[in-house]
Amino acid sequence: MQPRRKKRLLSMVLVLGLIAGAIGAMLFALQQNINLFYTPGQLIQGLGEGKIKPDVGQRLRLGGMVVPGSVSRDATSLKVSFDLTDDSGEIATVEFEGILPDLFREGQGIVAQGVLKNATVLAATEVLAKHDEEYMPPEVAEALKGIRHVPPSQLPVQPTATNSYGG
Amino acid sequence: MFKWLDPLAKPETLYHFCGKLLPWLMGSAIFTLLLGNIWGLGFTPTDYQQGDSYRIIHIHVPSAIMSMGAYLAMAIAAFTALVWQIKTAQWAVLAIAPIGAVYTAIALLTGMAWGKPMWGTWWVWDARLTSQLILLFLYFGVMALHGAFSDRQTGAKVASLLAVVGVINLPIIHFSVEWWNTLHQGATITKFAKPSIDPSMLWPLLISLLAFKLLLAALACYRLRTAILENEQHRPWVKQRVSQK
Repeated sequence: MQPRRKKRLLSMVLVLGLIAGAIGAMLFALQQNINLFYTPGQLIQGLGEGKIKPDVGQRLRLGGMVVPGSVSRDATSLKVSFDLTDDSGEIATVEFEGILPDLFREGQGIVAQGVLKNATVLAATEVLAKHDEEYMPPEVAEALKGIRHVPPSQLPVQPTATNSYGG
Repeated sequence: MFKWLDPLAKPETLYHFCGKLLPWLMGSAIFTLLLGNIWGLGFTPTDYQQGDSYRIIHIHVPSAIMSMGAYLAMAIAAFTALVWQIKTAQWAVLAIAPIGAVYTAIALLTGMAWGKPMWGTWWVWDARLTSQLILLFLYFGVMALHGAFSDRQTGAKVASLLAVVGVINLPIIHFSVEWWNTLHQGATITKFAKPSIDPSMLWPLLISLLAFKLLLAALACYRLRTAILENEQHRPWVKQRVSQK
């Protein structure tokens, strides 16, 4: 290789290495800020090495699995509350008034944005459903997970909407 | 090691090489695109949770993966152009950039169209979506820098430098869903473990992925040939070709 080419190659590799290092260090330092949401475990036990807990009244997002059986709806309004959990086993409560996304189910991943009411309760203004990376036909889901999927068109017509969250 | 590549640095040889590849690439791209998308969009079973909405995966995932693949190809060309100062590699950078930008835009738009019914929002500033948006801006930056200098060579050099440095964004996009909490789900097929998708849905997806790859190669060949003709228009071999027609 010509000396000039070698020099250019070396300087390119050096520049690339330096920038990669700088961006890596930056992302590492910003780690807590880049996370889209707190998990219930991070909310209750604290985040990172400093165990930093968010303050009451802080705007934040909380993400986790909806605890089966925890969804309770108000009979006369759109108010709904449910519990979220994660691997740590900690449980945080979300209170929300509005229409939940179609994918909202017990056992489903959810990201809620709102204001922290107290250490474990979030008053949410927006609830988003987080989908997992699994894709399968209904028959496979039924065999594998025991999930019975009924298309909306074949749902029995009933005045109560309570059983639409059975899945 | 790469001695066999040397003749291809010559514009005339590369022009004819791309010309030979082009019909094969374009033909197979159109065939696989029709097969993969018609199969995927029309004949795969519905998803157990998302119903028919998931079918957008057959466009979203291939365009997203190949938007990163196109960037890597562009960055390799830019690196070659900077270190070995090969002008055909320089032209390849600008040939690939708009194709990659369109792929990135398709990935972002189809993702938004899917996000609205599934997540409940068009857009959220999570790490995956933001880094993919940065990829689009990197493509725009490369294209804009190319034309931003009155001296074409300086512009080309600066654009190549940006293309090479921007490679750092690729691992960030790929691993964003693992490193941070994101709304975007984790990898379904681009991981070492078994794909988390049923085989009946996986096959059309893989065919679509191949189709987007072939289409990228075909379009890049086509654009590179155009760039060669444009840049070599005063050379005898081009004049000879023009006078023959």
